[in-house]
Amino acid sequence: MTLRTTTLGAIALAAIVLLAFVPRLANPYYLALAISLLQYTVLATAWGMFSGPTRYVSLATTAFFGVGAYTVAVLGEVLPWPVVLVVAASLGAILAAVVGLSTLRLSGVYFVIFTFGLAELVRQLVVWFEVNKSRVLGRYVFVNVTQSDIYWQLLILAIAVFLIGWLVARSRLGFALRIIGEDETVATHCGINTTIAKVALFTISATIMTIVGAIMAPRWTYIEPSIAFNAMISFQVLIMALLGGAHRLWGPILGAVPLVILFELLSARFPNTFTIILGCIFLLIVYLLPRGVAGLLESGKARWGETFKPRAVA
Amino acid sequence: MSGPQHILDVEKLRRAFGGLVAVNDLSFSVASGEVLGLLGPNGSGKTTALNLMSGLLRSDAGAIRLNGHDISGLPAFKIARLGLTRTFQLVRVLDGMDCRDNIRAGIVFNKPQVRAAGIESDITALLDRVGLAGQGNRPAADLTYIDRKRLELARALAAGPQLLLLDEWLAGLNPSELTIGIDLIRSLKDDGITVVLVEHVMAAVRALCDRCVVMSSGRKIAEGATSDVLSNPVVVEAYLGGVAAHA
Ligand SMILES: Nc1ncnc2c1ncn2[C@@H]1O[C@H](COP(=O)(O)OP(=O)(O)OP(=O)(O)O)[C@@H](O)[C@H]1O
Ligand SMILES: [Mg+2]
Repeated sequence: MTLRTTTLGAIALAAIVLLAFVPRLANPYYLALAISLLQYTVLATAWGMFSGPTRYVSLATTAFFGVGAYTVAVLGEVLPWPVVLVVAASLGAILAAVVGLSTLRLSGVYFVIFTFGLAELVRQLVVWFEVNKSRVLGRYVFVNVTQSDIYWQLLILAIAVFLIGWLVARSRLGFALRIIGEDETVATHCGINTTIAKVALFTISATIMTIVGAIMAPRWTYIEPSIAFNAMISFQVLIMALLGGAHRLWGPILGAVPLVILFELLSARFPNTFTIILGCIFLLIVYLLPRGVAGLLESGKARWGETFKPRAVA
Repeated sequence: MSGPQHILDVEKLRRAFGGLVAVNDLSFSVASGEVLGLLGPNGSGKTTALNLMSGLLRSDAGAIRLNGHDISGLPAFKIARLGLTRTFQLVRVLDGMDCRDNIRAGIVFNKPQVRAAGIESDITALLDRVGLAGQGNRPAADLTYIDRKRLELARALAAGPQLLLLDEWLAGLNPSELTIGIDLIRSLKDDGITVVLVEHVMAAVRALCDRCVVMSSGRKIAEGATSDVLSNPVVVEAYLGGVAAHA
């Protein structure tokens, strides 16, 4: 292990220990903000895990998040909490694998449109099922989970996501996905089963998103499809990951933290024009920071290195 | 006839793009260990034929047998793992990675059995072999045109192919680079790699190819020993005004 890894590991460990005490120290308002921060950090990081290397832009985040939340609404009272989480994760994984197998052959804009449509389709299916079979419009979420519990679960999930991302990046799968992102034709000619590689990572990423939805569900006491499958989640996660920089594992968090705080301030102050402001922010980010904050930091570092490199003696 | 001495048999291969039949009833065989030239004027279907063999395109009809097994319809990644690799007419390297990772890409998915330490020394050896010694940590995007070609060849060799398809790999090289390139391809043959060479540089065809297949408008118009084929009136006719004029 190098000095750098050890230092980073120590800092991460210290941060985790500090973060674990937030529910003990913060008032309910700040705890709610901390939950939002963790929620979007995990969602954006999971989004970047797949979309960063493959450069496939997915708008399906809310489909998976919603499946997780709805699983809790339906099964929360019936099954023990850990089992509910496992069921939610499995449903998310199955949906992701099916969707992945059928769509990851699509390229570029077709994939974006499909994923957007998917979220809408899943929502309509749930509406149809609830209205025709369950004969309810919404559901009350009766689960004995406190805000602190939600926070701690999200913190554990966040740690798991960074560990998984770190391991994947170092694995053959991660290398395969970087090659696919560069040139899919070369990837297949290098012996990579590109479909399996993409579906595998899409499934990992979507399963994490589903678990976030499940963990978050008890925050609402009443849930209906338009809440659980809110398209805004997909867009916000996309913007956060792009702002931070999806080509790095630690990139999306750099977008999630400032934007969650900004959205929090904006939605409180300008509730009616919030979506317009959101759209403008989105355009600005894509225009000014195509490689995100992570890209900015990297080029800053490169320039720094360039300036202070000892000159070769001729 | 397919025999054990043939590494590749192409039979009645056909591929159309809309109304244009790019490869039409094409049949030929490649003997194990030879360098086979695949010639023809621009647009005659050579690249399309290679794309069909490597699995980049699917054929409309016909069969492609690698070591006797039909590979037509197999996805490209399976064909690569069976020992058929290639370079592209328009060079394709992974610009966002350094040279070592470009070559690593060719190794790890084709040869899962190779251990990490073995991979590093294999990469170094391949860099040496194609003339990129010491450049391993350079980003591929910084390479010159010829070095990009070298890197792409190294990646194709990294998989340890039995059969290598080169699509105008020598095009655009200056005379001294050409000599080096010809020697490099000859050394592949000495290593027992069978090569299908699509090439317009006639000096290279004469120096390297044991036999040649000539295509025109998607069809095979001639086949045989290189010197016979190049002096064949039908071939000269097909090339008239084309490359043969200044060969
Ligand atoms: N993907 C494609 N879609 C449509 N037409 C194509 C496609 N690929 C090739 N063609 C056409 O098929 C014909 C054969 O093309 P091909 O690239 O195989 O020729 P070639 O012999 O490699 O030519 P060159 O020497 O110029 O590389 C050409 O008329 C070309 O325009
Ligand atoms: Mg060609």
